[in-house]
Formats: sequence, C-alpha cells, structure tokens
Amino acid sequence: MTHDRSDPAPSRTSTADGHSGGTARSDDPRRSAAPSSGCPADIPLSVSDLTVAWDRKPVVWDVAFDVPPGTLTAIVGPNGAGKSTLLRSVMDLVPRVSGRVEIFGRPYRVCRDRVGYVPQRESIDWDFPVHALDVVTMGLYREIGWCRPIRRTHREQAMQALDRVGIADLAFRQISQLSGGQQQRTFLARALVQNADLYLMDEPFAAVDAATERAIVDVLRDMKQHGKTAVVIHHDLQTVPEYFDHVVLLNMRVVASGPVREVFTSDNLQKTYGGRLTLLEEVGEAMRRRERSL
Amino acid sequence: MTAATHHLRSPRHRIRTGLIVLLLLIAGSAAVQEATALSVSEQPASGATAGENPAEQDSAGWHPAWRVLLLTDYNVRIVVLGTALLGTAAGMIGSFTLLRRRALMGDALAHSTLPGIVAAWMLVTSLGGDGRAMPVLLTGAAVSGLIGTASVLALRRLTPLKEDAALGIVLSVFFGAGVALLGITQQMARGSAAGLNAFIYGRAASMGRADAVLIGVAACLAIAVCVLLFKELRLLCFDDAFAAACGFSVLLLDSILMALVVLITIVGLQAVGLILMIALLVIPAAAARFWSQRLQPMFLTAGILGGISGFLGAVFSALFVRAPSGAMIVLVCTGLFGVSGLLGSARGLLPRLRKRQKLNRSVDRQHLLRALFELQETRSSEDTSADRSRTAVPIDTLLEARSWPLRRLLREIRRARNEELIEWLGDRVRLTRRGAVEAERLTRQHRLWELYLITHADVAPARVDRDADAIEHVLEPEIVADLERLLEREQTALPDSPHVLTGPAHSTSSSERADS
Repeated sequence: MTHDRSDPAPSRTSTADGHSGGTARSDDPRRSAAPSSGCPADIPLSVSDLTVAWDRKPVVWDVAFDVPPGTLTAIVGPNGAGKSTLLRSVMDLVPRVSGRVEIFGRPYRVCRDRVGYVPQRESIDWDFPVHALDVVTMGLYREIGWCRPIRRTHREQAMQALDRVGIADLAFRQISQLSGGQQQRTFLARALVQNADLYLMDEPFAAVDAATERAIVDVLRDMKQHGKTAVVIHHDLQTVPEYFDHVVLLNMRVVASGPVREVFTSDNLQKTYGGRLTLLEEVGEAMRRRERSL
Repeated sequence: MTAATHHLRSPRHRIRTGLIVLLLLIAGSAAVQEATALSVSEQPASGATAGENPAEQDSAGWHPAWRVLLLTDYNVRIVVLGTALLGTAAGMIGSFTLLRRRALMGDALAHSTLPGIVAAWMLVTSLGGDGRAMPVLLTGAAVSGLIGTASVLALRRLTPLKEDAALGIVLSVFFGAGVALLGITQQMARGSAAGLNAFIYGRAASMGRADAVLIGVAACLAIAVCVLLFKELRLLCFDDAFAAACGFSVLLLDSILMALVVLITIVGLQAVGLILMIALLVIPAAAARFWSQRLQPMFLTAGILGGISGFLGAVFSALFVRAPSGAMIVLVCTGLFGVSGLLGSARGLLPRLRKRQKLNRSVDRQHLLRALFELQETRSSEDTSADRSRTAVPIDTLLEARSWPLRRLLREIRRARNEELIEWLGDRVRLTRRGAVEAERLTRQHRLWELYLITHADVAPARVDRDADAIEHVLEPEIVADLERLLEREQTALPDSPHVLTGPAHSTSSSERADS
C-alpha cells in the first residue's frame, strides 16, 4: 500500500486507528443485543475496525464505514480487494479477527430478518435439481421455520417476486436452463421475498445481459423509494455514478467512503486501483534487475 | 400470472402424494411384520436361532425359487422387507449426500467400522460374554465408524490435505487394521469369530427377525427425518452460505445428515456389508437424477430404486445361496442405474439423443423453408403480388442453394410435405400458404440476427450468413424481441438480406464457394 491512512475521505477509517485488538474483541456481538455506543439504530450497516484474515494473511484490514439509510451503496475495488469477504464477514459467514459489525445498531445474529442476501452467481452448483420457484422460496425458509411445510401462500409470494424481476414465466424451469441473467434475477427474487430492510448483493451485475441489468437497476431504485438500503459489490466503474449514491472504495482497506459526488474522484480511484499495479510493477522491475545481475 | 398460480398447486400436491406413499410403505411393512410374527408363532425358534447362529443359516438358506419370490418363508420375508426398507432409506439419504458432495464420506465411514466390530467381539469374548451379540458388534461399529469420520474431518481441517486424500488414508488404514485384527481372532482360543466375515460382504441370510426389525425401525426413522427436514436439507445442499446467512446452522444440518448416514450404514452392515454399503448410498440417488430435474421426485425415485435394489438383491441372494447379498444388491442397483442412464426421462442418453435429433431436423426444416423463400425472392423481386413467394422451384436449384446431399434434401422435403408446408408440382416444389408464412418468419429471424452480427459484432457481410445459421436455430422469442428492439425494426417488416443472396439470378457458384 502506497497511501497512508490520512486520506481526506469522509470515512471513519482514522477513528479505528487507536483501537487495539482487545477493545475490538470486547464488542463481540454475542455479548449483548442492545445498541452499543455510537451506533444509532437507524444506521442500516455500520462496520468498524473490521479485520478478516485467511491463514494469517489479512484480506480485509481495519475497515470501517457506515451506510446511511435509504441509500444505494456500491463497494468498488480491484480483484482480491476483499469485497466479497467483507460482505460475507458482515453476515458472520467468515470468522473475523477483530472488529464490530452492526445492523440497525444490533449484531447480525439477532437482526437476520432485516437482511437480504444475494450471493455471487458462481458460488453454487446450477446443475442442482431445483427450479426457479424453488430457489426463490428458499428466501422464505427462515420465516416458515424448521420442519414446517411450504404452503401455497409462500409459493405465491415467491411467484410475485419472480414477477417483479420479470421472469415469472420461467418459474418452473430447472435453473441450469436459465441464462446467466435469468439466474441472477432468480437470486434477486429470492432476496426480495426476504422482505428485508438492508440488502447485501455480491456482484449482481457480473456477466448479465442488458435486460437483466435494467431489471436489477429498476428493482434497486424501487427499493430505495421504499426506504430500503442496498449495499452492492460492483465492478463497472462507469455505471457507479448512474446507479448508486454512496460508494465505498476498497482495497483491503477502505480508501474512501461517502457520497459518490464527493468520494468517487479519479484521485481516489487511482489510490484504489493504482496502488496495487504500481506495487506489482515495482516488484517486477526488481525481479528483472536481479535477473540481469545474475 | 393466472396460469402460473394454477401451476402452483402441483408441487404441493406432489409432496403430499409422496408423503402418503411413504407412510403407506412404512405402515404396510409394519403390518406385514406384525402378521408374520403372528403366523409363525408356532415356530418361534426360527427367528431366534437365525440371529444367533449365522453359520447354520447357510445350509438352511436354500429355498425353491417360487417360495422365495412369493415370500412364503418367514425368514426370507423379514430379511427381504428389511433390506428393501434399508435400500429406500439409503436412496433417500443418498440423494442429499450426493448433492452435498459428501458421497464418499459414507464409504470411509463404512470401511472404518471393521476394526470396531472385531475389537468389540474380542473385548466381549475375552470378558466371557457373547461376542457375536448384535448390539455389541454394532456399538463397536458405530464407535470406530465415528472415529474414522472424525479422522477425515481432522485431517482435512488440520493438514493441507484435500478431502480425497484424507478419505483414502482413513478408509484404507481403518480397513487394514480391521483385517489385521480379524487375523488375530483366528488364533484366539476362546469363541468363534466365523460370523464376522459376514460384515465385510454382507450376508442377509444370517439376519434374524430382531435384526430385520432393527433395520426397519432405523430405516423408518431415517426416512422420517429426511421428510421432516427436507426443506432444510435441500437448502443446505443447494446453497450453504445462504442457509447460514438465514440462520440455519450449517454445522447442525451437516451433523444430522452425517448421523443419518452413520445410522443407515451401521444397520446395513449385516445385509449389504461394509465394502458395498456405499453403493446403496450413491447409486440409487445417481440413477434417480436421470429421471428428474427436481429434488422431490429425485428423492422419491431414489427411495424407490433403493427399495427395489434391496428387495431383489435379498431375493436373489436367497435363491443363490453362495452369492453374498451385498453383491446381489449392488448388481441390481447397477442394472437399475444402467436402465436409468439410458432411458431416464430428464437426462437419460436416449431421450437426449432424441432431442438432439429433433433439433437437427428442425434446423434442416428451417434451412429448406428459408432457401425456398429466398430463391423466390431473388427470382421475382419485381413481382409485388402477395403470392410471389409461392412460385415453384426445381429441385436442382434447391440443391445448388444449399450444400446438402440429395437424399437428405428429399427426406426433408417429404417431411415438410407431410406437415403441409410444401407441395410438389411435378418435379418442382413450392411453399403452401402456411409454409410461406412460416418461411417468412424464419427468414426474418435469420436476417435480424445477420444484421445484429454486422452492426454489433463486427462480422463481415460475406461471412454473416453462415454465422447466423449456426446460432439462429436456438433463438428464443424473447431474444428475437430484444433483437428487434436493438435494431429498431418494425414488428412485421422483413428486412432485406444484408448480403448477396445466392440464387439463380446471380452467379451462384462463386459466392457459395466464398462462403464455405
């Protein structure tokens, strides 16, 4: 990393600096469900001091940002910047080394019902013997509860969600017979039936056709109008200002986070994407020099 | 939406039917067990001695074929019912483990039961107890099976080894240890270890009434858990991350699934044997996948196929005394698998071939209609009457237009004629009215795609015809609609061909050659 932490970004990165691992761990979500200090209940997602590591190699390092209510927030960064890991650790799917994540001021564990999740399309086996409606109904399993049967009303709810993303006519198709965009819309519909207040989406726009992109954007805007919040991992920098109003620039650390107008500057983008390239080039240069000297 | 909501009823209906079938199966087997228990009360010795003295059963295992098939013999009946239920449960559990990609865990587990069985026998025998009592042996099997499973998990978690290596190591080490222990038992002075071999290959004939009832109860329990947790297990196998995000404990669900595998493997050891137990857990489920694109029917089919395998396997092993029941069950299983692979309605080989053939034919049909249409178009472009596409074309011209052999062309003409798309006029063919409409639709679709390739995909006009051919046959209506939007075409207009048409009005040979 070539940049230091005194970025002019209006994020809370600098406040996380003083925390030691100890304080972070004392905020273990298991300890209390009550809203803890400095994190009001109307903030849909508040991440502070978050570090995640695979085998001692940090993937997400000391990340902190807030997502204001009723906004569409993009998480943007190069490959391997820890975007997916960040999202997964928010939902306790990967263990964190340190840090605190609060959903509407409470830990995720007690706030699941208010969160909808759209995983990456590649994360599952699309050959699995289920049809689109089955997949969407899965969004209701938590509401239905252990061992309870799926009822007709649930299927109707799922059907409505499929209708909302424009593929109700494909409800009974096995999922491998859907196009990439239709698969993505199925996932989106599954998140929609969860009827959440905060949606976390992992690259919903990856490799989809134009019609699907339009459908997803429509759904996102509709969500926003209804006061819902969405945090979306996004890789198409060109469309960030068009689709989103907040952005988190991530490259292991938060480079900047805030309203797109203020934060989404070429300077910050250079820091997010450029730093890594420069470093790689430096290493490559060093290797070449060493080869020459041998 | 109305059509869709109407459809909504069917899956629920199917679940209910499935449940009813299951309950009938369970209830039926229970009733038969009761009835048989009553009918043979005058010879109570048969069940008891069968369980305690497996060696003796070898000689008593021979029955005339009809007696076996009609299940008139009490012992055969309970054994056959027990293994059938075992197969049903194994097929159902197998559907989940197969989709969870845990199929081989069952194999490692089954193999690692052997040292436990032998050790339990040695321990109890040396303490002066009855080493061959089933509870003793099965407890030993369960303990060492669980240790084996835990070793796989530990190897995977604590070392950089991948799952296949961990499975291979544990499976062979435990099985080797078991065989070694078995060798030692031969030299022990006390007790006879003769029956222990049965656990390796399976010997259903050595099962007694108590064993069959144990299998039946365990199988019904496993089936009930599968049905109750069907929704949760499906979610686990499909998308565990989403399950975890929804608050379903992946660890708990995985443990339940593993516990079911342990249960069914342990009770199945006697009938199927530890080497072949994996077959019942994998093959019925894999075969069922050929028949279905949904988990519910796949689950039921796997149960049925497993049940048939268990049933017929046990019957055959009773017919041929020297054949171990495990091997018979696996052979029946494999036969069913082969049939499913060939005929399975969802993904079987033959239905797939037929579908491909159908596609090829529809491609030929489309080529023929379009060729006719375009030949008309080039020939009579001055003629503006609505019927201009219906002048007859000599067969030679058609042959030139596309590079297909005469035989194939004639076959396709014959087919199209049967559907009244084309009619013969002497040695010429022409489109019928219906054929003309269809031909225009196809031509329009083809040209839209050509235009798209030229304007959006940078394909040279000379090449575009063939490229469009390759793909237009798979165009769905919604994609055509997209194309129309993209190219801003009117709904009905037929665009002119973007490239020189090869017809009698042009020098056909040169452009045809350039294309190919």
